[in-house]
Amino acid sequence: MATSTAPAPAARKGPPTILLKTVVAASGVFFVLFVLVHMYGNLQILISPEAFDEYAHHLRTFGEPMLPERSFLWVARILLLVSVAAHVWASMSLWRRAGQARRTRYAGKKKTSYGRFYAKAMRWGGLALLAFVVFHILHFTTQTITVAGEYPSPAERVISSFGVWWAVLIYTVAMIFLGMHLLHGIWGAAMTLGLNTSLQRAEQIRFVSIALSTIIVVGFLIPPFAIFSGFIE
Amino acid sequence: MRIALKIWRQDGPADDGRMVDYQLPDVSEDSSFLEMLDLLNEQLIEKGEEPVAFDSDCREGICGMCGVVINGEAHGPERTTTCQLHMRSFADGDEIVIEPWRADPFPVIKDLCVDRTSFDRIIQAGGFISANTGSAPDAHATPVPKEDADRAFMAAECIGCGACVAACPNASAMLFMGSKVTHLGELPQGQPEREARVLQMTAQHDLEGFGGCTNLGECSRACPKGIPLNVISQLNGDYRRAGYGGRD
Repeated sequence: MATSTAPAPAARKGPPTILLKTVVAASGVFFVLFVLVHMYGNLQILISPEAFDEYAHHLRTFGEPMLPERSFLWVARILLLVSVAAHVWASMSLWRRAGQARRTRYAGKKKTSYGRFYAKAMRWGGLALLAFVVFHILHFTTQTITVAGEYPSPAERVISSFGVWWAVLIYTVAMIFLGMHLLHGIWGAAMTLGLNTSLQRAEQIRFVSIALSTIIVVGFLIPPFAIFSGFIE
Repeated sequence: MRIALKIWRQDGPADDGRMVDYQLPDVSEDSSFLEMLDLLNEQLIEKGEEPVAFDSDCREGICGMCGVVINGEAHGPERTTTCQLHMRSFADGDEIVIEPWRADPFPVIKDLCVDRTSFDRIIQAGGFISANTGSAPDAHATPVPKEDADRAFMAAECIGCGACVAACPNASAMLFMGSKVTHLGELPQGQPEREARVLQMTAQHDLEGFGGCTNLGECSRACPKGIPLNVISQLNGDYRRAGYGGRD
């Protein structure tokens, strides 16, 4: 056997790459489940503003009298916060590793590249989504940002906000970003969790990622557009 | 046909390197891409200039020695190795940008030649099976189901050229590693070392400084052997079953 004279590389610190990828995938699966439940809650407004308020109130009293008020809500919030931190930290670590793995870029540019587009949609798009989530919490949860006046009822807050065109625009753009992130994210999570085992399975995963992304984007956009067009008052 | 070339020239590993323009006024469209570079080198030698260094060996697409990035695509516009690419894939008057594989674990030795010893070290870390020496066992001594044999053979087509790393936006070598893990892991002979293999190869991959896969599939699209992306999923799955390197 030929013995290499090349120097062995210096040890790289940090967790194994596939472990980091798994952290991103597992937290991502949790977010998909969360946004599905979130979307179900939002759609209550199609029944009536009262049903929406009832649902919002129920989230606070979930599990009573066994659980104290808002305990379920806070457990969910803490789990989400930890997942966001893990998702962002692991993704940023992988991003940095990728940057270190290719320090000299290519001068030639490929004509079409699925990869280049989705690499941007995941990383920069992901950061944009994070900024949106902060805005969204300041808007509807803490009410630090008011769009069209202050209201005690969650349904009134939603209905008044989405009467304003720029609020509808912000949320629409954010949902398009979410859709792109999910389209590749669901596929990537399945890949990382080792589910893509054949060409047939790849097609099934592709289908699920397209279907889920579409359902989530459309489901989230129905209430704002229904309100903006005057279908819900 | 008339071809304008922009080629990466780098005198040695320590040199910064630069793109240099060349003109080839008369190239036959029946010549191969590497013959076109041979033609250029003959002209450079006649002029007393240093010829462009590039790797090639078998020139029949099976050894994995050749490989350059042509207009931003590993091995150029066709799904094949650089040596099997022909000038008919380009048009008269085209400008062709030629660069070496770009990845920190593949340092440039000179011009278009890169050092791929990092791949050898990944193979040494676990891309093998332990077999007793002596006479070869009977072919039917260890039955292998047809599907497993087909999948193992598909993955075994990997020639280790490094196009996957060159094409990957993260400079990840996971298609290469996934091919080896799938090839050996699908066969009975590969089972005893299956867990150790995936852990050791992945550890070496990280050590070499390759990036992480983001499942974009650029590697598989660039692979001259058409190895599917799902070998990476198999790598990830095997890595999970081996306990993420947490247990020894």
